[in-house]
Amino acid sequence: MNTLKQVAAVSLMNLRSIPQRWSTSLVIVVGIAGVVGVLTAILAMGEGFRATLGAAGKVDQAIVLRSGATSELTSGLGREAVDLIARSAGVARGADGEPIASAEILVIADLPKRGTGTLANAPIRGVQPGAFGLRPEVEIIEGRGFEPGPRELIVGRGAASQFEGLTVGARLAFRDADWTVVGIFSAGGGAHESELWGDAETVMSAYRRGGFQSVTVQLEDAAAIETFKAALADDPRLNVEAQTLRAYYSAQSRQMSMLINVLGYTIGYIMAIGALFGALNTMYAAVSTRAREIATLRALGFGGGAIVASVLLEALLLAVLGGVLGGGLAWLLFNGYTVSTLGANFSQVAFDFRVTGELLAQGIAWSLAIGFIGGLLPAWRAARQPVTTALRAL
Amino acid sequence: MKYLHLVWAGLFRKKARTVLTLLSVMVAFLLFGLLQSVNEAFSAGAEQAQADRLITNSRYSIIEMLPISYLPQIESVPGVKEVAFASWFGGSYQDRPAQFGVFPVQPERYLRAVPEIVLPPEQLERWRETRDGAIVGRSLAERYGWQVGDRVTLVADIWPQRDGNNDWNFEIAGIYASPDAEQNEGALLFQWDYFDEARQFGRGTVGWFIVQVEDPALAEDIAQSIDARFANSTSETKTQTEKAFAQGFARQFGDIGLIVTSILGAVFFTILVLTGNTMAQAVRERIPELAILKTLGFSDRAVLGLVVTEALVLILLGGLLGLALAAGALAALSSALAGFGVQGISASVVVTGVIVMLALGLAVGLPPAWRAMRLKVVDALGGHQ
Repeated sequence: MNTLKQVAAVSLMNLRSIPQRWSTSLVIVVGIAGVVGVLTAILAMGEGFRATLGAAGKVDQAIVLRSGATSELTSGLGREAVDLIARSAGVARGADGEPIASAEILVIADLPKRGTGTLANAPIRGVQPGAFGLRPEVEIIEGRGFEPGPRELIVGRGAASQFEGLTVGARLAFRDADWTVVGIFSAGGGAHESELWGDAETVMSAYRRGGFQSVTVQLEDAAAIETFKAALADDPRLNVEAQTLRAYYSAQSRQMSMLINVLGYTIGYIMAIGALFGALNTMYAAVSTRAREIATLRALGFGGGAIVASVLLEALLLAVLGGVLGGGLAWLLFNGYTVSTLGANFSQVAFDFRVTGELLAQGIAWSLAIGFIGGLLPAWRAARQPVTTALRAL
Repeated sequence: MKYLHLVWAGLFRKKARTVLTLLSVMVAFLLFGLLQSVNEAFSAGAEQAQADRLITNSRYSIIEMLPISYLPQIESVPGVKEVAFASWFGGSYQDRPAQFGVFPVQPERYLRAVPEIVLPPEQLERWRETRDGAIVGRSLAERYGWQVGDRVTLVADIWPQRDGNNDWNFEIAGIYASPDAEQNEGALLFQWDYFDEARQFGRGTVGWFIVQVEDPALAEDIAQSIDARFANSTSETKTQTEKAFAQGFARQFGDIGLIVTSILGAVFFTILVLTGNTMAQAVRERIPELAILKTLGFSDRAVLGLVVTEALVLILLGGLLGLALAAGALAALSSALAGFGVQGISASVVVTGVIVMLALGLAVGLPPAWRAMRLKVVDALGGHQ
């Protein structure tokens, strides 16, 4: 009990004196805020990328590609194959008795990116009517849906924010005719929001393609994927592979989110080492300016443990302040900020930075760790200093 | 220079503090060296691009193919020296997407249009005579331990063989070097004749043409005449300089430059606060000493110079150590980073680094130095500062 009282007394005294030496204290706060801010911002990017691709990853739907193909863009399926796939065992049927499936074509158009105006790959997906039943999250938020026949497109929210001039009523000149943007849609934050959608047959004829690239089907239930896979494998007319949407999208995001994580943690660790030196510096300075004070306390009978604890407490408090500041800045500046990069289909995927509670908590944990290590050695030195030399110093 | 020992003594007046500051500066420049090198690697394609080369691909997007019959037509455009072509093969190697470029090309034609690639004549001969022969870049060959005569199997993702089989077998017929642009050494090139004959569909089409022009100054005009030739055809073209092509491609990944600059901005702001604080503290503690220097006859400007030099030495010492560390780290990681085209630290990174160090040194050193210069001897010695 007595020690606790001592700790409290010394800590309070230390903390009250912080305003007098705010500039050295600032070093800890700013140093740690820098580390936590950068780490949180980079990891928030990876979190956002995973969330975007994960949102499309249902377990009771499957996507079928030509065997060997790693993405829709590299795949190709003929019309006969598409029919056989939709009618295979394991595929759920709607109220009308028809299989719930959508054969789709994915092509790329060069469109100018907002801001830079440089051309980037915009994915255009030609879908069949079944696509909307398979993806109930797709919702027209402005304008209307496209009609089959005329060259009409609806634009995902992410694509509209990343490319120039994708507003309702806009006309896009590609492939020997004008296309009209008739609507904007959202898709629950998923990867489809980065796409432009039109009618499959219309897109196919404009791009002079004779076939599709993928078929997405509704399975009877999550377990039916095995039945479905087996049915496809048994059919000698087909040379295709099926996987659940979850498996497909997580494979697509794996490499990118790994890259972002490696980058984030590498930079984070290096910066943390730098901040650690800053924290040590601050705390050594804090201890040395108070050497006489500490010695006086020791002479009065305060224990070494109380001194160590009080110095540590100060370091931790400043560190947490830095952690909160860094995390807060990352949240303020980046949360919800939309960027896009080249995804697995060789086209732009738009995603938002997501500063989650978990990331903020991780930032605080890092700041505490840096503060603890940064405070420990100086605290040790403060407690070990012989009282007589310290009193004589300065 | 004769005051160097004085600067040194001032710096190490408090050893622990100086060493810790030095270490944080070092860490900052370690990060600078690493990130700036990655950034450079991303724009390297554009830097290395040849001014006399154009790329012609489909006007609508890079994934659309062009008919091979365009070849003689492009060759006949005035000012065109050589034309080669290539396609994207993609594919997987050892169960994951190939981490290197795979392109079917016509051997002589390609080597004429891309002369920076160096292949021994006997290997070219062997490549030409081997139907399924392929050549690989030196750094790629080192990465997988491939040697001439080895067989390599790639699994196609876009291009199945005519019988539906996805396996493509190649015999390595040669290993090429690209002494001036090492990042070109990460590709596998194989015979277009084999590719075109064996593939299931798309016969007679190529991904893009590589056009070498006689006079780089006329490149833009030639690009326009090529596109004009195919305007209103079923496959319209878009021709641009290799540099513009590479830049456009790099930008698709996102603004790497902006990300790197933002991170480094945060890092250097932190360092500015940290070392600025250390320097201010160092000067504050030494006010009586500085006053004594002035009493001894040191001019105001000499005192200013001493303090600024101290800051510069601190930052330069830490910064150069940091860059050296970055160079070491990049060398150690070179094999892991080869896929990203990172090739160690370049002279321009070092030069930019030194400029940043000087700027940082002045920003950190000038305020306390100014204070030291304005010091009144009587007040300082009397303890009124």
